[in-house]
Amino acid sequence: MANRLSRIRLSRRNFMVGSATAAVAMPLVGARAGSQPERPSETIRYTAPVKLTINHQPYELNLDLRTTLLDAIRDHTGLTGTKKGCDHGQCGACTVLINGTRVLSCLTFAVMADGREVTTIEGLAREDSSLHPMQQAFIDCDAFQCGYCTPGQIMSAVGCVHEGHAASEGEIREYMSGNLCRCAAYPNVVAAILQARDETRKA
Amino acid sequence: MNKHSDLKAARIVGGVHSDQRHDSAHKHVAGTAVYIDDMPEPAGTLHAGLGLSTVAHGILKSVDLSSVRAAPGVVDVLTYEDVPGENDISPSGMHDDPVLAEGKVQFHGQPIFCVIAETREQARRAARLAKIEYEELDPIVHIWGLDPEKDKQVTTPLTLKRGDAAAAIAASPRRVKGSMKLGGQDHFYLEGQVALAVPGEDDEILVYSSTQGPSETQHMVAHALGVPSHAVTIEVRRMGGGFGGKETQANQCAAIAAIAAKKFKRAVKIRLDRDEDMTATGKRHDFVIDYEVGFDEEGHILGVDYMFALNAGFSADLSGPVGDRALFHCDNAYFYPAVHAKSAPLYTNTVSNTAFRGFGGPQGMVGCERVIEEVAFAVGKDPLEIRKLNFYDAMGVAGERNVTPYHQKVEDCIIQRIVAELEESADYAGRRRAIAEFNAKNRFIKRGIALTPVKFGISFTKTESNQAGALVHVYSDGSVHMNHGGTEMGQGLHLKVAQVVAEEFQIDLDRVKITATTTAKVPNTSPTAASSGADLNGMAAQNAARQIRKRLTDFAADRYQIPADQVVFLPNRVRVGNQEISFNDLVKQAYIARVQLSAAGHYKTPKIHWDRAKGRGHAFYYYAYGAACSEVSVDTLTGEYVVERTDILHDVGRSLNRAIDIGQVEGGFVQGMGWLTTEELVWDEKGRLRTHAPSTYKIPLASDRPKVFNVALTDWSEAYEPTIHRSKAVGEPPLPLGISVLQALSDAVASVADHKVCPRLDAPATPERVLMAIERLRAETADK
Ligand code: FES
Ligand code: FES
Repeated sequence: MANRLSRIRLSRRNFMVGSATAAVAMPLVGARAGSQPERPSETIRYTAPVKLTINHQPYELNLDLRTTLLDAIRDHTGLTGTKKGCDHGQCGACTVLINGTRVLSCLTFAVMADGREVTTIEGLAREDSSLHPMQQAFIDCDAFQCGYCTPGQIMSAVGCVHEGHAASEGEIREYMSGNLCRCAAYPNVVAAILQARDETRKA
Repeated sequence: MNKHSDLKAARIVGGVHSDQRHDSAHKHVAGTAVYIDDMPEPAGTLHAGLGLSTVAHGILKSVDLSSVRAAPGVVDVLTYEDVPGENDISPSGMHDDPVLAEGKVQFHGQPIFCVIAETREQARRAARLAKIEYEELDPIVHIWGLDPEKDKQVTTPLTLKRGDAAAAIAASPRRVKGSMKLGGQDHFYLEGQVALAVPGEDDEILVYSSTQGPSETQHMVAHALGVPSHAVTIEVRRMGGGFGGKETQANQCAAIAAIAAKKFKRAVKIRLDRDEDMTATGKRHDFVIDYEVGFDEEGHILGVDYMFALNAGFSADLSGPVGDRALFHCDNAYFYPAVHAKSAPLYTNTVSNTAFRGFGGPQGMVGCERVIEEVAFAVGKDPLEIRKLNFYDAMGVAGERNVTPYHQKVEDCIIQRIVAELEESADYAGRRRAIAEFNAKNRFIKRGIALTPVKFGISFTKTESNQAGALVHVYSDGSVHMNHGGTEMGQGLHLKVAQVVAEEFQIDLDRVKITATTTAKVPNTSPTAASSGADLNGMAAQNAARQIRKRLTDFAADRYQIPADQVVFLPNRVRVGNQEISFNDLVKQAYIARVQLSAAGHYKTPKIHWDRAKGRGHAFYYYAYGAACSEVSVDTLTGEYVVERTDILHDVGRSLNRAIDIGQVEGGFVQGMGWLTTEELVWDEKGRLRTHAPSTYKIPLASDRPKVFNVALTDWSEAYEPTIHRSKAVGEPPLPLGISVLQALSDAVASVADHKVCPRLDAPATPERVLMAIERLRAETADK
């Protein structure tokens, strides 16, 4: 069964079907394996080939279906700029853009990004490798201390501007409140977004 | 790249007292700054996953790990029996902090075993398969209800006394007695605990550890491995936040990774996930503070008695010194004519609490400010008036109101001026009137305001920690390599120290290379804690640079046959008699003449001494001061509130780098505010932490910071003592500025009873607690 499943090629369309099958299948496997209770059903790996485009670069990965986009990015493509702060969708450190919209990569299965364009902090710089205006603004405004939340803040900031939620300071604070910063560089993060807003809209 | 420095410049780029961007700024925004979890893993790296206790207190009857071992990818499982040296990482030498539990568990979440597997996922999944039988014992979960005089303590408490407090209180015209509960705080550094151990030849091991105290980690790892310290190297380039949570708490991960790496002769990485991190690592201590104060009708404090009971958790860790520092700050900025204060580091079956920015100091100050409030309500005055009445004498005043409870004379007090300037710039009086009018007109929303001072003592109270080392190399091309014992966790320490070195050599900052902290370059260092990073390491690096500069000077004087005082270091060049040569050329010549161009620097803080048994000494080299004024509005129907505005004026002496220091002040304030308002740690009756992720534990968000936030540094102050370029420490002192928010909330609450009753608002002042205080006050005043 595992083998059969692993051979299913997933696309954006049939992923939901695929995952539903898996969800039903797993308890069955568990039940059948009743003779060896200590052998966890998790040990049967459902892998699938996943095509990701990250920062315009295509990647063909063979991933456990449960691999999050975050783990795929960090552990399988070697792009470590995207950070893991909680792995629960609660801190924002793992924010990336999928087709230009911000998502929490720890709450997204890698297969869900199959065929879509993922942008991480490493892909934000322009082609001539000069910084994106948002990155430059974060430098100009000292919008970080330890820097661990920064990639997520910047990706979220770019998303926030494109969503049209950066009209005022108050709005920015509200729409950036999914990105925790324990160093509390918040005043400068907001200042940076205000600085880079207009140029980011154009970019 | 050997960029040409400007040889005509009037000033170097990036010397001291200049606003420089964080050295890693570009890397942070580009995502290329490497933290330990980002490092390429050596081939064959194994991964560790912890098996944690599921009860808070119990005897380990049986530990069956056979299923764990049989799980896919598992290489082995380590228990305490696999610790080759001592199964102990107690920083205080009390032998009460096992690496892995042995025979019993003393808190829910205590590591019992560690799975080593091919992948992290496999290790974590396997860890769930253990079958452990406990003989459960009753856990002690909270300190309220414990007797601070009689119940078990983890280490010796401290008593401070000056004068006869009991007699002074008894003789006072007015007296108040009360108690306050003050919650703890999780560090919630965005980068959790992580270590990567790489085995070397023989007994050698290199551990990349996210630690604030590499030397301490080195000693602990050596201790656990049973090898001399010289076999262990700890390295850390940067941390994703520390806040005290990686002072001793990094040691466990480092030790486990090292033990496994030596055992399997492969690199081993351990990274706790957020829930494990919050469950298994220590936090800021929660306190119960009992107080009694005697005062006169004006509001002059005449005598005060405190009991600071703190929740140490199951082991001593740093609880002794944390309790001490609470006592050291129970005076905040006020003179007590007579004082008696005692600490009680109580044993409970919770995770062992530890250092957290301020290290007990903020807890001492919260207790103190509650006393001020009590006095204010009792005599019917604005708390700010009481504060001003009781301040220590200002610097230069030849008075007698300048001795602390630990008998140190306060010689540098500038709190009067700071408070006066802030009162003015924040328009305290005008807003106080406006708030009274607002409250009179609004039935449900009530506003409150408070202006609170901070005086924070700078130095480790453990005298031997007040030293630092640095290593400076000048290469023959004139570029400089700098290393020191401090660690970078976002506070800009490396940048400040590099600025100091650039200043000494009079070369541009980009000629000075910042390098990872490693115990192999600078030994026996103190943790980067107690706000001491720049003070100590800046001085040590200056010392190293000066040694080299002196050699260069002597060389030039000799070579050019002129007196040494005619060798002057100018920006990027040196004037030797009548001619100027570039720094790089002089260095080259010196190298050819076989001059040593490397030096190890050292510094020890002068003047300080402390006798704990007597409770006397010059515990602090100097004090840092600040004040904050916060205004809040509270919805009296729900208890929800908003911080409308905060104004801060903070003293960092002559700032080495204002941009960095302002960030520290803002960040410290917000963290302090979070601690006292929204950050609530909840343990259930079984001793399980129920708030172990950001879903339930609420640190401040961008939307929580004050709507109007004005932060300024005093531009006139300079350190009274000859600190590094007369700057002052900045890491911890701003955190207690957050007390202004707690007191403003209290002020808003008090308005529902016409400011007649002290609200005795405990912390964290969550909306629930605010609402309960409002209800209580309404009920109390309705009775009358
Ligand atoms: S790691 Fe994804 S939100 Fe925290
Ligand atoms: S900069 Fe440290 S968490 Fe945001």
